[in-house]
Amino acid sequence: MNDAAAPAGNGQGRLVQLLFYVAVLAGWYAVTRAGLVNPIVLPPLDKVLAAIPGVVASAQFGADLATTLFEVFCAFVLAAVAGLLVGYVVGRSPRRIAEYEPLLSAVYAVPLVLFFPLFVLFFGLGIASKVAIGAAIAFFPIVLNTIAGFANVNPVHLAAARLMGASPGQIMRHVMVPSALPVVTTGLRMGLIVALLGCLGTETIAATGGLGYRMVALAELMDTVEEYAYIVLIIVIAALLNALAGWAEARAHRLMGAR
Amino acid sequence: MAAAATSALPVREGPARPVRLLRGRVVVILVLLAVWEIGARFFVSPHFASPPSEMLLALPSMLATKGVPAALALSFGELVAAFAVSVAIGLPLGLLIGLSGASRRTLLPIVFLLYAIPQITVLPLIIMLSGIGPAAKIVFGVTHAVFPIIFTLAASVGEVDRTLVKFARITGASSWQVFRYVTFPYAVPSFFNGMRLAMVGAILGVLLAELYVSSAGIGFYTRLFADSFQTPKLFALVFVLAAMAVVLNEIMRRAEIRFSRWRNG
Repeated sequence: MNDAAAPAGNGQGRLVQLLFYVAVLAGWYAVTRAGLVNPIVLPPLDKVLAAIPGVVASAQFGADLATTLFEVFCAFVLAAVAGLLVGYVVGRSPRRIAEYEPLLSAVYAVPLVLFFPLFVLFFGLGIASKVAIGAAIAFFPIVLNTIAGFANVNPVHLAAARLMGASPGQIMRHVMVPSALPVVTTGLRMGLIVALLGCLGTETIAATGGLGYRMVALAELMDTVEEYAYIVLIIVIAALLNALAGWAEARAHRLMGAR
Repeated sequence: MAAAATSALPVREGPARPVRLLRGRVVVILVLLAVWEIGARFFVSPHFASPPSEMLLALPSMLATKGVPAALALSFGELVAAFAVSVAIGLPLGLLIGLSGASRRTLLPIVFLLYAIPQITVLPLIIMLSGIGPAAKIVFGVTHAVFPIIFTLAASVGEVDRTLVKFARITGASSWQVFRYVTFPYAVPSFFNGMRLAMVGAILGVLLAELYVSSAGIGFYTRLFADSFQTPKLFALVFVLAAMAVVLNEIMRRAEIRFSRWRNG
């Protein structure tokens, strides 16, 4: 999330997380085996684990996964292109920042998922409405962080580069991008995560396919074993996407020589 | 979600000529409204979009629809409850994590782990456990709102200037006094920042659950208006909800600025 994330990354934090995992799974197993909860509400752990390979191998899961990932990918690309462009244009001028940044922050505060019924009206129940709302939700963290990143480029560095005869391209490549990159990539990463959450969330409300849709459909059929298998898989997929984004972020920083 | 996004800007309110800035902003808003009005009036089927003028005209009849005011009031109540519960859980937890190294090492990784779970995956479970009434919506709102409070508080309490703490200790302050006069004032601005993000989260969580459970409340009426092509009413309802979100956010932002003022002298 932000800088507070640092302490969780070390070995001790990992150990605590691992222990917590084990405790939760053990608690789940014990409670369900002892018959303390209704198996419809919480099916036994071993049944859920046993169901996972079958779910993963099924054609339906493949189709749902492809749908959701395609939605998230399209939404993220749209949001990133628009957010980086607008953010760069606004962030380079203090006057435009003063004019538009509060406007964008105010819209960012509105949960855009409110407008989902309108999106369904415009784009239908299929993939398009999820792409559109995912892109709309992901646009704001990306654009706001891009503005912040380019606004905070040290003017002394810019002036020094210009004095030494750097071309606009060189200034961009060697001064602006390395300086803005950490904040911008944070925005991109948040954008990817909210695009995923937005697509999954709206799939549960109105959709014809996708992981979120399937999870809810299984819940409504009271097929809780498969539902929990889907939940576990969605959490794993979210964690993988997050890890992938973190890896890409670190790599981009190394490549562009950012702090 | 967005702790880093908005608060880091140095040029938040422009330094000079606020009137000109305001004018620029108003022009942008007016242009957008005009585009919307013209687009919706002449280019899009009235079933799919309503121009802003019709939306405003539909506002009274939407609010007069039987059950809508009650649904709005209920959602607002759920929102307040979700926010209050999140503060009640997040405040002590955030302080505990921020103040003690042991709890930072043990609790924080667990909080991060829970935060990494997409909340939507637990929504069907929450509904299975607590029904489709207000309780489920409050719980789901809390799952969105509690994390920003914990993270911002833990970070700000943990990052209090060591020199100030040492100085207070040397001059004979007790632990409680250090907390009361150094750590706490130091953390208050971040706490309000966290509260603002929590409010955004609570709105998101409660309304998402409302839309998901569309057999009653706001979710029912959005679906009703959408399915029966009463588009102006749908736009009006969404507009009311969005206005509620903007006003609540603005209240939080004002409080944040008010309580951060001492920092900049």
